[in-house]
Amino acid sequence: MATEILMPALSPTMEEGTLAKWLVKEGDTVNSGDILAEIETDKATMEFEAVDEGVVGKILIAEGTEGVKVNTPIALLAEEGEDLSALEAAPAADAGAEAAPAAVEAPAPVAAVAAAPAAPETDTSPDWPEGTEVVQTTVREALRDAMAEEMRGDDAVFLMGEEVAEYQGAYKISQGLLEEFGSKRVIDTPITEHGFAGIATGAAFGGLRPIVEFMTFNFAMQAIDHIINSAAKTLYMSGGQMGAPMVFRGPNGAAARVAAQHSQDYAAWYMQIPGLKVAMPYSASDAKGLLKSAIRDNNPVIFLENEILYGRSFDVPKMDDFTVPFGKARIWREGTDVTIVSFGIGMQYALEAADKLAEEGISAEVIDLRTLRPMDLPSVIKSVMKTNRLVTVEEGWPQGSVGSYIASEVMQQAFDYLDAPVVTCTGKDVPMPYAANLEKHALVTTDEVIAAVKQVTYR
Amino acid sequence: MAARKSVKKTNVSGDELKQFYREMLLIRRFEEKAGQLYGMGLIGGFCHLYIGQEAVVVGLEAAAEEGDKRITSYRDHGHMLACGMDPGGVMAELTGREGGLSKGKGGSMHMFSKEKHFYGGHGIVGAQVPLGAGLAFADKYQENGRVTFTYFGDGAANQGQVYETFNMAALWDLPVVFVIENNQYAMGTAQARSTSTPDIYTRGEAFGIPGEAVDGMNVLSVKEAGERAVAHCRSGKGPYILEVKTYRYRGHSMSDPAKYRTREEVQKMRSERDPIEQVRDMLLDGKHASEDDLKVIDKEIKDIVNDAADFSRNSPEPALEELWTDIYA
Repeated sequence: MATEILMPALSPTMEEGTLAKWLVKEGDTVNSGDILAEIETDKATMEFEAVDEGVVGKILIAEGTEGVKVNTPIALLAEEGEDLSALEAAPAADAGAEAAPAAVEAPAPVAAVAAAPAAPETDTSPDWPEGTEVVQTTVREALRDAMAEEMRGDDAVFLMGEEVAEYQGAYKISQGLLEEFGSKRVIDTPITEHGFAGIATGAAFGGLRPIVEFMTFNFAMQAIDHIINSAAKTLYMSGGQMGAPMVFRGPNGAAARVAAQHSQDYAAWYMQIPGLKVAMPYSASDAKGLLKSAIRDNNPVIFLENEILYGRSFDVPKMDDFTVPFGKARIWREGTDVTIVSFGIGMQYALEAADKLAEEGISAEVIDLRTLRPMDLPSVIKSVMKTNRLVTVEEGWPQGSVGSYIASEVMQQAFDYLDAPVVTCTGKDVPMPYAANLEKHALVTTDEVIAAVKQVTYR
Repeated sequence: MAARKSVKKTNVSGDELKQFYREMLLIRRFEEKAGQLYGMGLIGGFCHLYIGQEAVVVGLEAAAEEGDKRITSYRDHGHMLACGMDPGGVMAELTGREGGLSKGKGGSMHMFSKEKHFYGGHGIVGAQVPLGAGLAFADKYQENGRVTFTYFGDGAANQGQVYETFNMAALWDLPVVFVIENNQYAMGTAQARSTSTPDIYTRGEAFGIPGEAVDGMNVLSVKEAGERAVAHCRSGKGPYILEVKTYRYRGHSMSDPAKYRTREEVQKMRSERDPIEQVRDMLLDGKHASEDDLKVIDKEIKDIVNDAADFSRNSPEPALEELWTDIYA
């Protein structure tokens, strides 16, 4: 039986081309791999090879023909001994019909948002049972305790990073871990972020649960290809067969007087990536409870800490196994006049502003998102439905900020409840300067949060 | 390296030679069919064919043991077939169908098989190198005696992360075989124009990693070298480098006209050094098989590939709900 040779698509975008030159003629015997013709695409002239062996029966498209559509029969290939004259009336190709699967209808938009939703259901349970003994603990100790507890519970958990072992951590977060767990599980790496982020991700594919410490998240830019392309996307690309259960953690955002290359908040960057989870705790209890949840999570988690908060003390419950779930905001302070939403060190400005505003008779509800992906938007919307006003606070830059995402979601989901445009307080749109006075102005300030609240409450 | 007719006699068995012939031919015919389906518009995007390089994976798989791992770049169809992944599942992934190994969500460059210890299929040049060392790190941590084959090309050998990985793999004695598939062209750039030293395997010396060059057109040479490398890794001595000199007959991807080399260069390689023809000659010259025996194998392979192609065309497109699955575990 004759085989039709079809006009090939020689690039991802080619729809038609020119049959520039035949390199075989009718009656020629061809083998798989022989070059049959030269075809000009929009980009280049390509050689077109035979796939099957046989005898060139009929050439259907003469050389020099322009605008030959992909999948048009251009020649017929006969098997050895086949009668060539019978090929004249070869049937028309039907391959074209199946070539491009019909464009599927787009799925219906996800639950079109009505103007006035019912108040969303939110989880407002306390983080620990009432009456539990609490201990004043620094964020630094809380992070260490979280890692130690999880390493005791699961041999597959290990920590790697620069200076995490013998030096006890550049910021002393891993103090004591080498002594307890040994050098097999607390591993000093060379200064080679791209490489060790990739090795850790491979180890996660291979069944371990790595914790990767970046000395600061600024250096994770060297490793971001593995965080996003290797760790975050593999579960999807493998159809669910394998993923990367691991934690990338370290200090994020401005410290003090370390200038532009060491002072950047990456919250908005990582928050954008499907496949990643992102936590950014403020308090020590959240640092501990969220890090324990992160280590147990079967997905890659970005855990954004803050150097300035490391030494800050908070109540941490004395419990055998204290965890905080992802996607559950914490309401630090209830209020009626305005909702202030923040996370990480931004909470410091939000809470200070709320204190001062209370003195002026303005009642602010302060929400700590705690995790940015998943993000507890229902708690924000529920609060806005009560206060009708919203201010967001973060240290990151304004364009494409976390606050802009929240503002857009609140506008789409609760527009009718807003009595004023949302104001997003952010760091200034500049690289971080070194000079003390300039640095102070580059960061978001408590006074700016107060001013924003007054703006939305028309005071 | 020897020309085709002067291949040294070895004491390899006829059965083993036939197995090599079968496995390499499967890759060759599968890739030709993939090229054909691409031409018909059934496969989209980027599609990088392995034709010419078949002896590399087939030889190294012969040196592997059950449980050993492998990871490679986007030119990955040959590796998947060689480690026993289902040709229909691979082809259906190329056509973006429900029956594909990644349910149609990965495509040619992103396929995986936990069952066959195949860890991708990675689209970023060089990224698989630290990932492969990481798999070896996990094996060493778990003390399971396994070895990881980490394949990359002469192009990837210029990525910085390769040397970051060499350093750590040597520092921590990771059981990883770094297989540099040197097909002489990094996309369209010949090795001499991209690489400061002609022998890439020597680049491990700076890290204390032993390495050797291997005739990648001769499956027996590849297997022997693979066995040396695996023995080194499995004995706890750390990583090993094999620079396997090979050649890709087709363009870098389907849309590459390959104007950076002459047709004569490709033809010379095909006619003098073809890995499948070499084994075919060994089978016939050694009286291990007759022309008719080989025709039977050819027919078997053709049927497997045609079945795979049929499956890949008949498998439905993924359900729209698949858009939203497998994002989080």
